[in-house]
Amino acid sequence: MSGSSSVAAMKKVVQQLQLEAGFNCVKVSQAAADLKQFCLQNAQHDPLLTGASSSTNPFRPQKVCSFL
Amino acid sequence: MATEALHENETLASLKSEAENLKGKLEEERAKLHDVELHQVAERVEALGQFVMKTRRTLKGHGNKVLCMDWCKDKRRIVSSSQDGKVIVWDSFTTNKEHAVTMPCTWVMACAYAPSGCAIACGGLDNKCSVYPLTFDKNENMAAKKKSVAMHTNYLSACSFTNSDMQGCDKKAMVWDMRSGQCVQAFETHESDINSVRYYPSGDAFASGSDDATCRLYDLRADREVAIYSKESIIFGASSVDFSLSGRLLFAGYNDYTINVWDVLKGSRVSILFGHENRVSTLRVSPDGTAFCSGSWDHTLRVWA
Repeated sequence: MSGSSSVAAMKKVVQQLQLEAGFNCVKVSQAAADLKQFCLQNAQHDPLLTGASSSTNPFRPQKVCSFL
Repeated sequence: MATEALHENETLASLKSEAENLKGKLEEERAKLHDVELHQVAERVEALGQFVMKTRRTLKGHGNKVLCMDWCKDKRRIVSSSQDGKVIVWDSFTTNKEHAVTMPCTWVMACAYAPSGCAIACGGLDNKCSVYPLTFDKNENMAAKKKSVAMHTNYLSACSFTNSDMQGCDKKAMVWDMRSGQCVQAFETHESDINSVRYYPSGDAFASGSDDATCRLYDLRADREVAIYSKESIIFGASSVDFSLSGRLLFAGYNDYTINVWDVLKGSRVSILFGHENRVSTLRVSPDGTAFCSGSWDHTLRVWA
C-alpha cells in the first residue's frame, strides 16, 4: 500500500493551500484602479496605442516628399 | 502493522478534510474582495479610437510552421524557430536573414534572444536547451560553437533569458518564486489548456490565452481573475498573447489565423487583424513598443505597426 506516499502528497497540498490562504489580498476595486492608473500614466509612451507618426516609427512607410 | 495502516488512513482523511476546508475558506475570502469588475472601474476612461494597424513587413524563409519568435533588445532583430528545424535571425527593418542555424531535430518549439544581443537559445524535441553565440564571421560555423545548457526529460516548449516566473500548464496558471522554487499563487478559471501567459507591464498582473477561445487577466495582488476577453464569434483557441507598452492593449494570436486586439481595461475588442494564412503560433511586442511580430503555421512572420 502506498499509504505513506499519498499522506505525504496530501500534506504538500495542505501546506500549499495554507500558504495561499495566508496571502494578503487586495480588493479588486483597488487592484483594478491601480491597473487603470498604470495604463493612463503610460499611455503617451505607448506607440502602438497612440499610433506614432511615420517619422518616429521605423516600420511605417516614410511620407514621400515631392519637389514642386 | 494494522494499527499503522489505520493511523495512515486517519491522517489521510483528516488531511483531505483540512484541504477541503482551506479551499472553501480561500473561495470565501476571494469572493469577499470581489467588490467590482475591472470594466466597471474603467467606465469613465475614454474609449479607444479606430486603429490602423497593418502588416509592415513579411519575413519569408522558413520551410515549415513558425513555432516561436523573440525580439532582440535592439528593437530590430528577431529570432524565429520552425518545425523545419531551422532557427533564423532576421533584421526586421530590411527583412534580411542575418544568421541561420539548423538544429539536429525538427520542431524547434522555443527560441529566445539574449538580452546582450550576442546569443540565442533554442530547443524542442531534442529535449535540450542550446545556446548559440551569434557571430558575423562567415568562416565560423555557428553550430560548432553551440553549448547545451539544459537537459529536460521531455520536449522544450519555452525558454527565456530572464526569470520566466510563470508556467501555463493544463488549465492552471501558476506563479513561482524562483528563489524558493515554490508555487506562490495558482489560478484555475480557464476551461481548457492555457497556451500562453504574459506579465502585465507593471508586473502586478498577467494575461493568459487558452484553447477555450478566451484570454483572461489575473491580478496578482487581488489574487483572482479580473477580466475575460471573449466574443461568441471567437471559437478558436488563443495561442499567444502580449501587452502593448502601457498595458492598455492586449494582442492575441488565434488558431483561426487572426489576431484580435483587446482594450484591457474595458474588455472590448478594438481591432481584428487579418493576414496570416494559417494559425498564429507566436506573438511578441517589440521592446520599444513600436510594433509587434507574429509567427504562423503559414511559414511566415509578420511585423505589424
